[in-house]
Amino acid sequence: MAQQTGAEPVLKLTNIHKGFPGVRALSGVDFRLFPGEVHALMGENGAGKSTLIKVLTGVYSIDEGTVEMEGKRLVVHSPQEAQGAGISTVYQEVNLCTNLSVAENIYIGREPRRFGRIQWKEMNRRAAQLLEERLHLRVDVTLPLSEYPVAIQQLVAIARAIDIKAKVLILDEPTSSLDRGEVARLFEVVRKLRGEGMAILFVTHFIDQVYEISDRITILRGGELIAEYKASELPRLELVSRMIGKELTMLDELPKTAGDSRMSDDHAAIVAASGLGRKGAIEPFNLSIGRGEVIGLAGLLGSGRTELARLLYGADRADQGKLHVEGAGKGGVHSPRGAIDAGLAFCPENRKTEGIIEDLTVRENIVVALQATRGWFKTISRKRQNEIAEKYIKTLNIHPPNPEQLVKNLSGGNQQKVILGRWLLTQPKLLILDEPTRGIDIGAKAEIQRLVMTLSREEGMSVLYVSSELEEVLRVSDRIAVLRDRVKVEEIGKEEMDEQRIMKAIAGGGGA
Amino acid sequence: MLKRQHLPVAATIALFILMFMTGSFRYTGFFSAQVLFNLLIDNAFLLIVAIGMTFVIVSGGIDLSVGSMVALTTMLSAGLLQQGGWPAWAVIPFVLAVGALFGAAMGALIHYFKIQPFIVTLAGMFLARGLCYLISINTITIDNGFYTDMAQTKIRFGDYFVSPSVIIALVVLVLAIYIAHYTRFGRTTYAIGGSEQSALLMGLPVARTKIMVYMFSGFCSALGGVVFTFYMLSGYGLHAVGLELDAIAATVIGGTLLTGGVGYVFGTFAGVMIYGVIQTLIVFQGTLSSWWTRIIIGILLFAFIVLQRLFTMRSDRKTGSVEKMA
Repeated sequence: MAQQTGAEPVLKLTNIHKGFPGVRALSGVDFRLFPGEVHALMGENGAGKSTLIKVLTGVYSIDEGTVEMEGKRLVVHSPQEAQGAGISTVYQEVNLCTNLSVAENIYIGREPRRFGRIQWKEMNRRAAQLLEERLHLRVDVTLPLSEYPVAIQQLVAIARAIDIKAKVLILDEPTSSLDRGEVARLFEVVRKLRGEGMAILFVTHFIDQVYEISDRITILRGGELIAEYKASELPRLELVSRMIGKELTMLDELPKTAGDSRMSDDHAAIVAASGLGRKGAIEPFNLSIGRGEVIGLAGLLGSGRTELARLLYGADRADQGKLHVEGAGKGGVHSPRGAIDAGLAFCPENRKTEGIIEDLTVRENIVVALQATRGWFKTISRKRQNEIAEKYIKTLNIHPPNPEQLVKNLSGGNQQKVILGRWLLTQPKLLILDEPTRGIDIGAKAEIQRLVMTLSREEGMSVLYVSSELEEVLRVSDRIAVLRDRVKVEEIGKEEMDEQRIMKAIAGGGGA
Repeated sequence: MLKRQHLPVAATIALFILMFMTGSFRYTGFFSAQVLFNLLIDNAFLLIVAIGMTFVIVSGGIDLSVGSMVALTTMLSAGLLQQGGWPAWAVIPFVLAVGALFGAAMGALIHYFKIQPFIVTLAGMFLARGLCYLISINTITIDNGFYTDMAQTKIRFGDYFVSPSVIIALVVLVLAIYIAHYTRFGRTTYAIGGSEQSALLMGLPVARTKIMVYMFSGFCSALGGVVFTFYMLSGYGLHAVGLELDAIAATVIGGTLLTGGVGYVFGTFAGVMIYGVIQTLIVFQGTLSSWWTRIIIGILLFAFIVLQRLFTMRSDRKTGSVEKMA
């Protein structure tokens, strides 16, 4: 496409450093953006994509490095200043006011005025003209934005962004709530803007979309720049392996998983999903989990891993398909409560907001789920509570070994163990672990992995293990289900399990 | 012709007309311009206070201090006129400034310390009410010439008349409609009520606007207090008890959503008129106690809140937003 190798970049970032207490979010990142190109910024969670965008939009200030726009040094302190300098952003969640009219959403703060009086007619005329001429969108601009679907709202957000004489347009996961047709429409607009010389920074988790629209790709990992590529010269498989961080040549040397190979069909399925799906979350999938089996879920962030787990647990309601859970009543599992009763347990990804009750003690956090299964009137005696807490602190090696410690004072790894203890106590048949080792240190990671294997091999507990670290999934799983762009694309048994095979499945598109 | 977003206001106006017609058919002497004017005369102060409240609620907040502010204004006016010997031309600008400053201070607390408007204005409500008793614990009667003139002057339209307070209230109404729809301040208020986060990201002056909204409400309650003083010709710490709730009720009946972002000043005018017409109906009926006003307002509020909920639920469905059931 429009790859002016000789041209000057409109935006040039050099050696950017940004740290937060305890974390290096960006270290030594370079990035450039040319006019008339779509540049995809790729990376897994914690790679530094959002930090980089927040640096560009003036939300964060940088510790070191320079940002240049059209050859001039640029320092912005707020989204307004960034807009003023010509950098506009369209966020994942549409950041407009749905109670205002379409025209107002485009022009508020910059309305045409005469003697301080807003010229509504002029504003409506301009808005209609802008939408029609530049985005090929014909809508009644006087209606409130809430009257229109998200896809149109997204286009209105773009209209607002490009009317501020933007030179750089940042699209931060704009397609995550759009369906296929809506994405196509959005891309049509993006191509048109690119043709007009706009520099577009595109952030997404959908690999197919990256290859559909981008000219150039920059990959970040762990706050560092991996490399910048031309999209046409970077095979999918290589993109994925660079994002996840394993050199392909190293893969062969990885030790294969130890342990007996369990076949799923030896065991009665305790959870069987057939054609289960939810619009906008995950396409219909089949999955059965046998007793004592560890199923790994592999896939990139946003590929539908968590969504799949939530459907099984009844945290989200499926809108199609069937879910059979052994021990659940005829109606199946429709709520977390029902899932707990049927012997399912779910450790959510975000333990801070969805799992741990920070202001309670270790003991209280462990006992809370058991209490819930017994109903609120059959209380557990304090003596029994203490015994339970002591037992799990010991088995899980929770540090400090004090049941009365407030959970918020524990490290991330130990908080995770407390949640594990909570669910183990209910003696679940199926334990769903969503990113159980994120943000915890190596030692704790190994302990949790070992624990999962022991539970399944010795106690016959089934585990659904969700993780973005491929290596980890490989080590613990008996079978791996691979997700891509919200579709379950493959299921790989023990015998055929190797990292390269899975990466290919994650990348999709036949490695093109 | 009639757009969907105008439906709640249209419903309120239709209800007012319906109630007025009902009264006209049932009671002789009800159907006259003077009855209509009396609605305005008796509720001018409520209209002014409710207009300020409308801006606050549209911005997504609430102001519980307005009733106490009205009382404080009557008390300050009476104290300064009767005990301080101030002339009327100095008293009125002074109390208006006090109201505006009081509101701005609450707005600043709400914005900069990120405290819920409910609790800040609740504190303001106690404070203003308490300050009344610092001036006097008794009623202070006002005999200032200007005030008694304002109370007694009748502005005639043929056979009918209104008080100067009505003119003040109508001027405020027209100005407020202009401010709400034709100024950046007004539109930013709606934007903040729609989504404060989005308003910030769109580069709108959120801090300034929020403080000005409470300042405007403080100013309106002080002006309402001045009009109330003309009406009562006295200052008293127990004046206008619960007026904040009447103002909120009138605003909500007028179609303003308590969640912010949606509402019309003209709707609030209709809400206040409904308030007045219920009172008048009860007077004409003759045997019911005045507490029936409250009962009917209560029922109307329930009805309108449910109506609004149905209305917003319908528009939620329309955008097809996928909500997570956690």
